[in-house]
Amino acid sequence: MSTISAPTPPNATLTPRNIPDRLSLGWRRIFQRWETLLLVVAVLIFIFNAFASPYFLDPWSLSDATYNFTEKAIVALAMTFVIIAGDIDLSVASIIALASTAMGAAAAAGLGTPAIVVIGLGVGILCGAFNGFLVTRFQVPSIVATIGTMSLFRGISYVVLGDQAYTKYPSSFAWFGQGYVWWVITAEFAIFAVLSVILGVLLHKTSFGRRVFALGNNPVAARFSGVRVERIRFLLFLMTGTAAGIASVLLTSRLGATRPTIATGMELEAVTMAVLGGVNILGGSGTIPGVVIAAFVMGLVTFGFGLLNVPGIVMSIFVGALLIAVIALPILWRRFARRRA
Amino acid sequence: MNAASPKPVLEMRGIAKSFPGVKALEGVDLTLYPGQVTALIGENGAGKSTLVKILTGVYQPDGGTIVLDGTPVLFPTAEAAMDAGVSAIHQETVLFDELSVVENIFVGHQLTNRFGLLDWPAMRARTRAIMANIDPDIDPDTRLKDLGIARKHLVAIARALSVEATKIVIMDEPTAALSYKEVEDLYEIVERLKGQGKAILFISHKFEEIFRIADRYTVFRDGKPVGDGLVAEADTNKLISMMVGRTVEHIFPKIEVAPGGTVLEVQGLSHPTEFADISFSLRKGEILGFYGLVGAGRSEVMQALFGVTHPSAGTIRIEGKTIQPRTPIQAIDAGIVYVPEERGRQGAVTALPIFQNITLPSLARISRHGFLDLAKEFEITRHYAARLDLRASNLSQDVGTLSGGNQQKVVIGKWLATEPKVIILDEPTKGIDVGSKSAVHGFMSELASQGLSVIMVSSELPEILGMADRIVVMREGRIAGTFDRSAVDAEELVRHATGNTAKEAA
Repeated sequence: MSTISAPTPPNATLTPRNIPDRLSLGWRRIFQRWETLLLVVAVLIFIFNAFASPYFLDPWSLSDATYNFTEKAIVALAMTFVIIAGDIDLSVASIIALASTAMGAAAAAGLGTPAIVVIGLGVGILCGAFNGFLVTRFQVPSIVATIGTMSLFRGISYVVLGDQAYTKYPSSFAWFGQGYVWWVITAEFAIFAVLSVILGVLLHKTSFGRRVFALGNNPVAARFSGVRVERIRFLLFLMTGTAAGIASVLLTSRLGATRPTIATGMELEAVTMAVLGGVNILGGSGTIPGVVIAAFVMGLVTFGFGLLNVPGIVMSIFVGALLIAVIALPILWRRFARRRA
Repeated sequence: MNAASPKPVLEMRGIAKSFPGVKALEGVDLTLYPGQVTALIGENGAGKSTLVKILTGVYQPDGGTIVLDGTPVLFPTAEAAMDAGVSAIHQETVLFDELSVVENIFVGHQLTNRFGLLDWPAMRARTRAIMANIDPDIDPDTRLKDLGIARKHLVAIARALSVEATKIVIMDEPTAALSYKEVEDLYEIVERLKGQGKAILFISHKFEEIFRIADRYTVFRDGKPVGDGLVAEADTNKLISMMVGRTVEHIFPKIEVAPGGTVLEVQGLSHPTEFADISFSLRKGEILGFYGLVGAGRSEVMQALFGVTHPSAGTIRIEGKTIQPRTPIQAIDAGIVYVPEERGRQGAVTALPIFQNITLPSLARISRHGFLDLAKEFEITRHYAARLDLRASNLSQDVGTLSGGNQQKVVIGKWLATEPKVIILDEPTKGIDVGSKSAVHGFMSELASQGLSVIMVSSELPEILGMADRIVVMREGRIAGTFDRSAVDAEELVRHATGNTAKEAA
């Protein structure tokens, strides 16, 4: 997180023609980075898990460990963009439910795997477009609009399914959530890895990503600088919708069944992951590598809890506490850094 | 009018106040007498508002003393100033729309009964008593948002009067939002306050008002008092020349350019509420100044050219081609760029590095298939940093850590990197230090001599007269006159901006 490092004091004595492009990062500055801190935490939890269970270091066991965070992490990657731009999308878990319901209906109608996947992704994209439309055309604050669609999308799933479930999926559909691409590398993990690279490049290496940061820091100045603010915001909701569609395909395929309660609460876990990864909840800063490390941290913690036979409800308490802690910690950290400066 | 001065109620001596890079006030003396109205006169930015904020406890002076009724006082908070008997009615009324008239009047100094609970009957009764003198038609329980702007102002006045111990009432351009009839009512209120022995500090740009209501005047220029006396012994011309007649302490680096053909032509541009019938033209290599009082509609016109606000009528032609910018990007594409007055809010993304600010509007042009080209970004940034004499420790420094003047250079550099045809500078040197001011002025001249057309909105007369080839004066949303630089002086501009053209006192 760039906001953690103390601002460089303006230096008026330098002659103008010798302003360096950037100051080299000292070791201390690198160590102060949030990502570095997270990485240390991830390693510590990894070591703890290795001691807690003799089975943990087995490659297949590690492969299993990735299942409990990849779908959330894919959503969190897209959420990272939306939060950096100063918005939030709380409807993602409900989009997953609606997309899953649509896929279940398609499978029940006898459609093949390619058509099912296209329908799942299509529903995700449409839901994202609907959110983006509400936010940019009607200027509904995104937190309000997506709380609304959170109820709306899942509500449709309940209407369609009631207490029933879709369980008849073609066997080839199972590959997305249960298959392997190479040795112990699951299809889910491979998709997450590829998306991480693509979205990391998009955020940090393209003019689109730069505009997202500008918009999140100061939407007025961004608009006054010729950034098409509303178009970018719309595209970002399209992105979270699409990510939710992908996550829905993976989750539905892994579970082999669709119930209207599918993915309940996942929006908060995705937000927690993004914020733990160093994304400023108020917008304007954050990194994809940070969120990827945060995904591993949360995955490892969940797996460690599993090894220790901690019940699921405790996990939910943990996520809630973590969300509060990661929002409060950077603020305390900054105050601490300022006092020392 | 009793000019023979009794004992002063308030004396300010040697008040000084600085902000980073700017001396807002220096060696300010001000004396207020009970039962008299003292008018505070000065250009925009002369330091009037800063003085009011010191007097009301919002700012703390860096030096000087305030003596109230013979005892030196300090106002560490706004509450302390109010308790000591200083009440202010501000330019922009600071009231609460969702609260009732009573609540607004007593917020911060509520009356309580013996149980320590709010004493609504007493507050209502007192509100009625105060309002009876101001506007008996206003019901104490009306929500403020249901009142018109003028009546809100009256509530603000009532609030100032609700403190029984009030000795000093500050009125900061109180008539700006009032109609003719309401202004007359206000004069009556002022007379009544005088009768009660209160001292009144009256800030106004309207000379007509000052001659009507004030007993004394103090003129400010560049944060210093330059003259005071009895209104009865002054005339408009004397006051105007005190206001503007400064010594030339700043040589404007104006390069004489023979302007080329017309680049921008605006005809009959109108907006439902902000401005009407604006027509002017801008030639290649010309600097066109826009002068007027704050609120004359100059920024709104510029923002219409830049696609931020949308005019209801009129045409904008750039190099003969009609454009209708609906968003800034359309204006930028047409070659019009805008350096806004609110630098931190609209001009720069202060939390991002210098180079990212400089390249933000040019990203489409300098990136390869959407991918950033950092080497090129730094190359462009270095170029403009050198041209603008930017002072920074490195180009990846956040813009927010720069001084105001250097922030402004970044915003200007950002636009030059787009290679525009017309650059609009809205109060380009407001709140920046003298060194950066010179750099901005020098740069503006250089740009014009290279064929860029410049529109400069400014409330500073020396800047307007020193830099502009032609000057458009706006008043109340309309053009009050267009002048050649050689054919106009400061007094003439002020007369047109304030609407005092009719009374050419000999």
